[in-house]
Amino acid sequence: MNWTGLYTLLSGVNRHSTAIGRVWLSVIFIFRIMVLVVAAESVWGDEKSSFICNTLQPGCNSVCYDQFFPISHVRLWSLQLILVSTPALLVAMHVAHQQHIEKKMLRLEGHGDPLHLEEVKKHKVHISGTLWWTYVISVVFRLLFEAVFMYVFYLLYPGYAMVRLVKCEAYPCPNTVDCFVSRPTEKTVFTVFMLAASGICIILNVAEVVYLIIRACARRAQRRSNPPSRKGSGFGHRLSPEYKQNEINKLLSEQDGSLKDILRRSPGTGAGLAEKSDRCSAC
Amino acid sequence: MDWGTLHTFIGGVNKHSTSIGKVWITVIFIFRVMILVVAAQEVWGDEQEDFVCNTLQPGCKNVCYDHFFPVSHIRLWALQLIFVSTPALLVAMHVAYHRHETARKFRRGEKTNEFKDLEDIKKQKVRIEGSLWWTYASSIFFRIVFEAAFMYVFYFLYNGYHLPWVLKCGIEPCPNLVDCFISRPTEKTVFTVFMISASVICMLLNVAELCYLLLKLCFRRSKRAQSQRNHPNHALKESKQNEMNELISDSGQNAITSFPS
Repeated sequence: MNWTGLYTLLSGVNRHSTAIGRVWLSVIFIFRIMVLVVAAESVWGDEKSSFICNTLQPGCNSVCYDQFFPISHVRLWSLQLILVSTPALLVAMHVAHQQHIEKKMLRLEGHGDPLHLEEVKKHKVHISGTLWWTYVISVVFRLLFEAVFMYVFYLLYPGYAMVRLVKCEAYPCPNTVDCFVSRPTEKTVFTVFMLAASGICIILNVAEVVYLIIRACARRAQRRSNPPSRKGSGFGHRLSPEYKQNEINKLLSEQDGSLKDILRRSPGTGAGLAEKSDRCSAC
Repeated sequence: MDWGTLHTFIGGVNKHSTSIGKVWITVIFIFRVMILVVAAQEVWGDEQEDFVCNTLQPGCKNVCYDHFFPVSHIRLWALQLIFVSTPALLVAMHVAYHRHETARKFRRGEKTNEFKDLEDIKKQKVRIEGSLWWTYASSIFFRIVFEAAFMYVFYFLYNGYHLPWVLKCGIEPCPNLVDCFISRPTEKTVFTVFMISASVICMLLNVAELCYLLLKLCFRRSKRAQSQRNHPNHALKESKQNEMNELISDSGQNAITSFPS
């Protein structure tokens, strides 16, 4: 289980993302994970062994290194990439749940053959309804994690630049000793690169949230001006409240007539059901 | 045999788990195995070479390192993850045995009306009831026990979850009390706390899953008792009613609770 495992996991999510989401995923994998694995890890490889202090006092090296580099850049970036990638799994779980419901409905209708069930997996899921909220929340969490890590970086390594020399006087160093960092310029270059990539990802996430909100508003405005038609194409409409109400009515009519009479007699329940079917959050 | 193989094993169990079980598997693989492989192993990579004692006495460093770190964190975590993942294999074995029995009955010609062919038996989703329920519940129970045991062992071996930056060691052949310095103590403490938190989250998920299974069992038993008390031959209507209620609740509407008696 390593970065390729994460790649396989997230590629699955790719299908249900918006176009901006796919760009974001490519930026994450090419400009951040790949750069981290191929370049950054070798630059930081000898960070401790080549951290040299101007003293023979045993332990002074270790203590000064620990004081100035509480968490290594490489580990912070790995944690950041893992945490930033995981909200996408929320979306994947929601889509899997939706597909499970669709398959169940197909089986109840009598279309439970493998061909129809395979089609459920293949068709593109529209980002509407509760999936819209899940998707937006996942993007917001991504933004949050990116911002938090950039702040943590700033706290730990003010200015984002790597210094060449640090002055250390922690015990057991006998007095103020000079300690020298290995490859400071190269580290600064990579830090700035990763920071820029992180900034681009933040901008992409903000753009994606704005795009989703605009799309939802446009769809709502369109729906108000044109009332929705009963017929829909493909499986996407099967999750709409109108379609589900139709299916429920069909199943009801298969029951004995007494239940339908009860529903007809109690207008409150019928009206309540019709009301609920019109409600649609952000679709 | 590496983490990838374990991932393949456990991924197969995923199909027969509850939804909380699937979340648990995701947490295990992303927040624990992946963090261990990608980050923690590098942090602990130089733990012995960079363990420095303030003495030139040969052997003192080795003896002190062995005294303070009897089993390395990395190895303990690897063992913990292996032990915690293996009860899921009990479930996989039970499902395989159940399928084998069904296939045997099918070959004898007993269940031809339920399944078209042997492939159908393999594809069928096995429900967590009967003896499989007990196997599943015991596997969760063992997971919880292993997690708790390893957390206790950690606490016991390292006196808490914080790593000090200096240790005082006076064991033979060290001449007197010498200072020994651990490499990267802060980073190690951060990762230790992270892994412990992930472990606690996994334990909570397991407890939640166990409660969910118990509730499902009690609910199913009371439903069965109720339907047998009312009308023994209404089983088909009850199941259709339940399906409708599920679909309605999934689409966000009120469930039809009245039922003509």
